Amino acid sequence: MTATAGQPLLTVDHLTMRFGGLVAIDDVSFVARPREITAIIGPNGAGKTTVFNCLTGFYKATEGMLTLCRGTRSYLLERMEGHDIASHAGIARTFQNIRLFANMSVLENLLVAQHRVLMAASVGTIAGMFGLPSYRHAERAAIDKARQWLDRVNLTHRADEDAGNLPYGDQRRLEIARAMCSGPALLCLDEPAAGLNPRETHQLNELITGIRDDFGIGILLIEHDMSVVMQISDHVVVLDYGRKISDGTPAEVRADPAVIRAYLGEEEDEGPQSQASAGA
Amino acid sequence: MSSTAYTVGRDQAFPWRSALIECAITAFIVLMLAITMVGIHLETVLGGLAIATRFADVGVAVVFAFIGRLALVAMREGHPLPALIGATAAAVLGVFVPPIDIVAAILQALGAEAPTPTPVLQVMQVAGGAILAVRAAWLVWRQRGSAGRRAERGRSLDAFAAGMRGWTTLIGPIAIVFAIALPFIFDNRSRIDLATLVLTYIMLAWGLNIIVGLAGLLDLGYVAFYAVGAYSYALLGTHFGWSFWICLPLAGVLASSAGLILGFPVLRLRGDYFAIVTLGFGEIIRVILLNWFEFTGGPDGISGIARPSFFGLAEFDRSPPEGVTAFHELFGLEYNGIHRVIFLYYLILVLALFVNFVSMRVRRLPIGRAWEALREDDIACQSLGINRRNIKLAAFMFSAGFGGVAGSFFATRQGFISPESFQFIESAIILAIVVLGGMGSQAGIVLAAVLMIGMPEIFRDLEQYRMLAFGALMVVIMVWRPRGLLSHRDPSVRLHPPPPRQLWPFTRLPKPSAAPAEKAAGQ
Ligand SMILES: Nc1ncnc2c1ncn2[C@@H]1O[C@H](COP(=O)(O)OP(=O)(O)O)[C@@H](O)[C@H]1O
Ligand SMILES: [Mg+2]
Repeated sequence: MTATAGQPLLTVDHLTMRFGGLVAIDDVSFVARPREITAIIGPNGAGKTTVFNCLTGFYKATEGMLTLCRGTRSYLLERMEGHDIASHAGIARTFQNIRLFANMSVLENLLVAQHRVLMAASVGTIAGMFGLPSYRHAERAAIDKARQWLDRVNLTHRADEDAGNLPYGDQRRLEIARAMCSGPALLCLDEPAAGLNPRETHQLNELITGIRDDFGIGILLIEHDMSVVMQISDHVVVLDYGRKISDGTPAEVRADPAVIRAYLGEEEDEGPQSQASAGA
Repeated sequence: MSSTAYTVGRDQAFPWRSALIECAITAFIVLMLAITMVGIHLETVLGGLAIATRFADVGVAVVFAFIGRLALVAMREGHPLPALIGATAAAVLGVFVPPIDIVAAILQALGAEAPTPTPVLQVMQVAGGAILAVRAAWLVWRQRGSAGRRAERGRSLDAFAAGMRGWTTLIGPIAIVFAIALPFIFDNRSRIDLATLVLTYIMLAWGLNIIVGLAGLLDLGYVAFYAVGAYSYALLGTHFGWSFWICLPLAGVLASSAGLILGFPVLRLRGDYFAIVTLGFGEIIRVILLNWFEFTGGPDGISGIARPSFFGLAEFDRSPPEGVTAFHELFGLEYNGIHRVIFLYYLILVLALFVNFVSMRVRRLPIGRAWEALREDDIACQSLGINRRNIKLAAFMFSAGFGGVAGSFFATRQGFISPESFQFIESAIILAIVVLGGMGSQAGIVLAAVLMIGMPEIFRDLEQYRMLAFGALMVVIMVWRPRGLLSHRDPSVRLHPPPPRQLWPFTRLPKPSAAPAEKAAGQ
């Protein structure tokens, strides 16, 4: 295991998810720590997205315990509603198939992410309705935060365009910025590099490591592109047919015979180098 | 099929085989049910009971089921336009020619005995056609001009709508000034009445726009809130003698509560299911009004609803009761019945502008942005910590409240209300105005309301063909502009200053395609 000790941020304990007869996740346990990028890898259909869906409340886990420790508080995720997981426990996510608010502007996408803060400031819409100073102050702060994220993902010049009109790579980065605007403790990225060209992939790596280093939050990363995983992750969990087959540092995982057999197949250690798989 | 001409941008062929099988199964099920339930019945004849048959009706019902299912399949497979055209045609045809007449004509030509006519099938055809048409129109509207020629066709008008933004700062005030001056321009009672009617629908459509245009929920039962508002004032006014000026906000609050109550059960529903359940609620309210005789007066309705006073200061009657000032005396005018008409016109103008002001303002607030986000992608909304239930309920409450205020205005203007006024067709008209006007576009709604309400009234001389022309117009607009007349959307907040406003919208057209530019200029 990794040497970086410290309190785990997310603890997944014996998670099982069944769909009728199909066991999509079978007794998987792992932890994710703050200031670390935890990669979840595995072949298509291994159950990676399903783990995210259980964590973020879209699916109700059949069995198991999901705990998130944020500061002194800990949250039992499997008992919470989806929107509470996002707003209280602080888990933000992106989607394998990008889900932006396509007919809203880039800036509006980032403001919707700050809904909770703004809604509280608008006091049941009344303070907002009358444009009270307290609300206007909160709105300005929200726009400033959005602007900082736009600068970080190089989209400031397109802030007022419809999000749906952005090129694919920009949409991916915007979705990450939107997730971060909600102020999470754990950021879950579902195949963020899918469909990106090598230059964009490189930018993305810098964005993700930058978020880890500057904000000290935990990051869960589902990724197919092995070069991304090996370069930036601190800790790798390998799933195959819903089961965890390996867990450790990138170097350990790469050397694990079970992983080579199941995932890398007959190929060399490096694996499919830059297999920018178009998101399965 | 002639349908191919309209279905541009589709990605795969229509699955005729499975579709026809599906339709055949539906038709068969209907046949089995209808034979026993409709086909054979007992009739009282002299000296007892006799078995009578209505097989012609069964035949028509089976054909309906087949065609209706085909329309549903077409919508499901992403071809709402042929369904829209067919359903509109069926509904309009049904108004003029009862289906049983056609069967009778055929049977007579074959030398068989003509069946007894029943109105049920005609109602089915008109109502079914109308519902399918509304649903298809909605789908056509939602089908974003993503691919192919539809996008090309729309682009020139999108550019036009964007160019119109330069105008809206001017057009808004011009329209308001025109609206204020209108009673003096047309010193004609029927014209002012018509303008009042158009404004009522504008207000209702602006109210419904919050649910449909912003939150993206297809509500087919909006008329329920209109009815709650109207009956609130009618009952409070006639039973307790409460003044209109107290009941107006109260009707809004009561309708808003009704929105909350009706909102709860439909919270988990989406898409078609949501539409159907709201349609059901609209009908339930109407049926309650119709049947709860002791409370609502049933089909007789409520009459003698008090007309509004001049803010409690004066009445509009020629000779008001002892101790009450008359409006014309207060202002030293000659008595004229048109004073009240003009007052009602200004009242609805102010109410409508209030709805517009509130909804434009709310659109820029977190709740308004959450509504739009919900329309765009509700899964992403949840992942950002937005409580979808509360957001939807808020949309219902706002929308219903405005509907209720409009309803109490309707009650006081008419002086008489009955369930007749709150039928499904009202919901359909209001929805059509919103859809026709363009996604969440306030100005588009004004344009659509003038077209939809004003034009049919003005062309009343065309008599029955008026409805036919009206249906044709709807189809044409949906083909030509599936996202509504003015569907340009301005962001609710900007980081950079907006592009410079231009007063001549045509110059903003894209250069490469000159042909559509000319087309738009010609409109
Ligand atoms: N809602 C669902 N209903 C039924 N089966 C599902 C559902 N979601 C996922 N699955 C199944 O679970 C398995 C894992 O899927 P997923 O988590 O999407 O894989 P991946 O690792 O590629 O992200 C697949 O076999 C998939 O078919
Ligand atoms: Mg996946």
